[in-house]
Amino acid sequence: MNIPFIPVQASTFASQVDAIFYAMVGLTIFFVTIISLMLATFVVRYRRGSNVDRSNPTEGNLILELTWSIIPMLMGLGIYVWSTRPYAEIYNPPANINTIDVIGKRWMWQIQHTRSGIRENDQLHLVVNQPVKFDLISQDVIHGFFIPAFRIKRDCLPGHYNTMWVTPNRVGKYYLYCSEYCGSGHSEMGGYVYVMSPEDYAVWKSTGQNRQTEASESAVEIGQGVFQKFGCANCHGRVNGVHAPTLYGLYGTQASLTNGTSPLVDANFIRNELINPNGLVVKGWPAVMPSYPIGSDEGDISESNLLDLIQYIKSLRGGAGVPGETVTAVSASQPVKQTKVERAVTVNGKLSKGSSTQNGGTGKGLVK
Amino acid sequence: MSSILLRPDNLHGDTVLDEPNYLNWKSTVASWLLTKDHKRIAVMYFFSISFMFLIGGIAASGIRLALVRPHDTFFSSETYDKMFSAHGIIMVFFFLVPSIPATLGNFLVPLMIGAKDLAFPRLNLLSWYVYIVASAIMLGAVAFGGIDTGWTFYEPYSSIYSNSNVVAVTFAVFLAGFASIMTGMNFIVTIHKMRAPGLTWFRLPLFIWGMYATSLIMVLGTPVVAITLLLVTLQRMFGLCIFDPSCGGDPLLFEHLFWFYSHPAVYIMVLPSMAVVSEVIACFSRKRIFGYEFVAFSSMAIALLGFFVWGHHMFVTGESMYAGMVFSLLSFLIAVPSAIKVFNWSATLYKGNVWLSAPLIFAIGFILLFTIGGLTGLFLASLAVDVHLNMTYFVVAHFHYVMVGGAIFGFMAGMHFWWPKITGRLYPEGWAIVTAVVMFLGFNFTFFPQFILGFLGMPRRYHYYAPPYQFWNDMSSAGATIMAIGFMLPLFYWAWSLKYGEIAGPNPWGAKGLEWTVPSPPPSHNFDEIPLVTEEAYDYKAIHAAEIAGDYSHLQFDHPFAEAKHSDKPTNFEEH
Repeated sequence: MNIPFIPVQASTFASQVDAIFYAMVGLTIFFVTIISLMLATFVVRYRRGSNVDRSNPTEGNLILELTWSIIPMLMGLGIYVWSTRPYAEIYNPPANINTIDVIGKRWMWQIQHTRSGIRENDQLHLVVNQPVKFDLISQDVIHGFFIPAFRIKRDCLPGHYNTMWVTPNRVGKYYLYCSEYCGSGHSEMGGYVYVMSPEDYAVWKSTGQNRQTEASESAVEIGQGVFQKFGCANCHGRVNGVHAPTLYGLYGTQASLTNGTSPLVDANFIRNELINPNGLVVKGWPAVMPSYPIGSDEGDISESNLLDLIQYIKSLRGGAGVPGETVTAVSASQPVKQTKVERAVTVNGKLSKGSSTQNGGTGKGLVK
Repeated sequence: MSSILLRPDNLHGDTVLDEPNYLNWKSTVASWLLTKDHKRIAVMYFFSISFMFLIGGIAASGIRLALVRPHDTFFSSETYDKMFSAHGIIMVFFFLVPSIPATLGNFLVPLMIGAKDLAFPRLNLLSWYVYIVASAIMLGAVAFGGIDTGWTFYEPYSSIYSNSNVVAVTFAVFLAGFASIMTGMNFIVTIHKMRAPGLTWFRLPLFIWGMYATSLIMVLGTPVVAITLLLVTLQRMFGLCIFDPSCGGDPLLFEHLFWFYSHPAVYIMVLPSMAVVSEVIACFSRKRIFGYEFVAFSSMAIALLGFFVWGHHMFVTGESMYAGMVFSLLSFLIAVPSAIKVFNWSATLYKGNVWLSAPLIFAIGFILLFTIGGLTGLFLASLAVDVHLNMTYFVVAHFHYVMVGGAIFGFMAGMHFWWPKITGRLYPEGWAIVTAVVMFLGFNFTFFPQFILGFLGMPRRYHYYAPPYQFWNDMSSAGATIMAIGFMLPLFYWAWSLKYGEIAGPNPWGAKGLEWTVPSPPPSHNFDEIPLVTEEAYDYKAIHAAEIAGDYSHLQFDHPFAEAKHSDKPTNFEEH
């Protein structure tokens, strides 16, 4: 019988996590051994009736107390520092990596490759040694996107995008799980992750089975269709309009809201603006945007389309960026909207600054 | 009827013989149901929580049965979900939280501090009634439809998606919370105001320190979970939008509020066991607890720090990275007071005269299992490692090491230690030792494989699992069978001892502490006169010295080491 002890390592993150894990296993064995030896020795040696020296029993010792407080604490702090670095890394994906949108719903995983537009259910095909970022959302309850071989997981919350990223580094087929209890199908909500060589991936991409849609359009292109369909373009043009600012160059900047906050314009901000535009009014603009419900009813924006729409908005760089776009957004402003134009300019200033330091996932790399 | 022997260390050797005790002074049903005697309430609580433990244990058996095979066919997934939910909710809210405080705590707090009762006897009785009503609602909800949310009631599943008795169960937990708030209030006031003259804070037994720290958490933490669960109900029944994102609520808010109570609740469960272990170790090593002040203050430090680590349950939820770092750091720090306790307990045995009795064996089991449980908790406090281990069986294994290995072994140690005081009879020592060993082995058999399962990546709350995990799951289920036998044994020998056990006398262990100065079982009013305390806690010096010199005359019952006293044994005992 094949008895498994150790999970396979299939990402660059896995070896880092395992190193810390084994170090902690070592510390655990160390301390449990010390305690066991102390207990066993004292119980046997000082058992009732044994003839040993029991003179001058102590009732306390400050040096000893400090020793066994401080040494374990320092060991713990060492592990803490060691373990915090890789964690921080998950929050900062490298610039311009491929994004995969993940929608969790009871009880399946819907995967959308944003570059190729390929959609899969309960399966995820990745190219080995290529970092990939996941945008995670749930359509109903909280799910957890968990790939043990990669040593990563992150919850998929309803109404809020979480992200994580990983670099798979070993070709193979691995389990994909839902880690957050979500109802009777919880343990069946899973599938497989296939990490493939670039050649195999190319073959799969052109002939692959199990795809929900043909890879005709990228997420940006689908998102553009959504943008048109819901009439977003009527107000949000290439330049600032009468009622609404342009969305070009907006992603990754900080909005300035009438409620005094200045949130980062990211996927969650766009999502919240669609649901609650009157609660998040941008300074200098009238509160005229209607609310766009997100859901599966007639007339709603679906979670899937919203992710595409976000990819599209992300791709709208100030200046050029989208294929075929030649108009520069800022220069074509109208004199009447002078103040807003200035705002747009500053926004663009922040954008270029932000994209060099932040994750840089502001769209440039998505469109080739 | 028990008698008391005159001993130099007995403050109240003048106890009247044949005085009725709290058990037999009146035996009508009404005298129990309307009692204001903390000791009777403790006994009623003991039977109530034991019954709930049995129900929770049956649910656990169902879980282990289902997991014997990767694709279980005994139960539907709906049933499986209801079993682990019932197991978790009953064990946490209806057994572990009240376990030691409501039974041993209720019984011993007044006795240990030289009081005739708790500060608010009626409130104490009300606490039991509230607990009983809550338990009845809980059992009714389980019997008629069950609940499938897990013990964490995560949103928006619990308010929008679950088709089970969420409202009834959250209400039951809400009520049970009030029962523990009442107990906590009572203990705090009692410990502050009713200590016997001379019993200063630093003369208190560490059991009292532990109860005090526990009570603080109960009083400060429980209202938060009560309100949170009420909000779940309001959202579920009236659509009040608190946690459901589809109307602007925030499911993470629920997790924050829930863990703000439920992490400290872990310390509600384990601090009392630590309190028991301090008493047991001191008594059976014949020594004052090493580093008394450190052990006392570490309880308070745990109670305080315990309120600031809840975010470590949420490292993968999308909580801010910086919040994660702070919670992780604090979680590492809270391990320090626990480590202090473990080292001090071990050091107490040094140069002691160690009597390896059943309570001490349970206490040593506690120390070992709690050490493993605590150290594996650090795996989960460490950020990168937690990303992998969170929500897997590693977590399940870890908290069972703390809650079963810790809390229940402590409970068993305490129940055996004070069994003679509560019932007036000794349990059979041999059977108790067998039980301790069987439970220890069965426990490790059950839960150690789950560490490996978790590292391998098996998520918790999975009804069906991938075939490679079967070996460890089968080992776990086999171990659970052994553990179940271990839990059954005390039922028999405790029941046996009530009738046939040797008469204990007031102080069968030669232990220090005011509770051992009164007859066993104690009279209703505890003390004929309020004692004056003139010595430190655990002043075992004289006993230690006597025993080293070979004098075991302070032991009152028939024990190889008590031979010197054997002939002096009172003869007016009933036959057994």
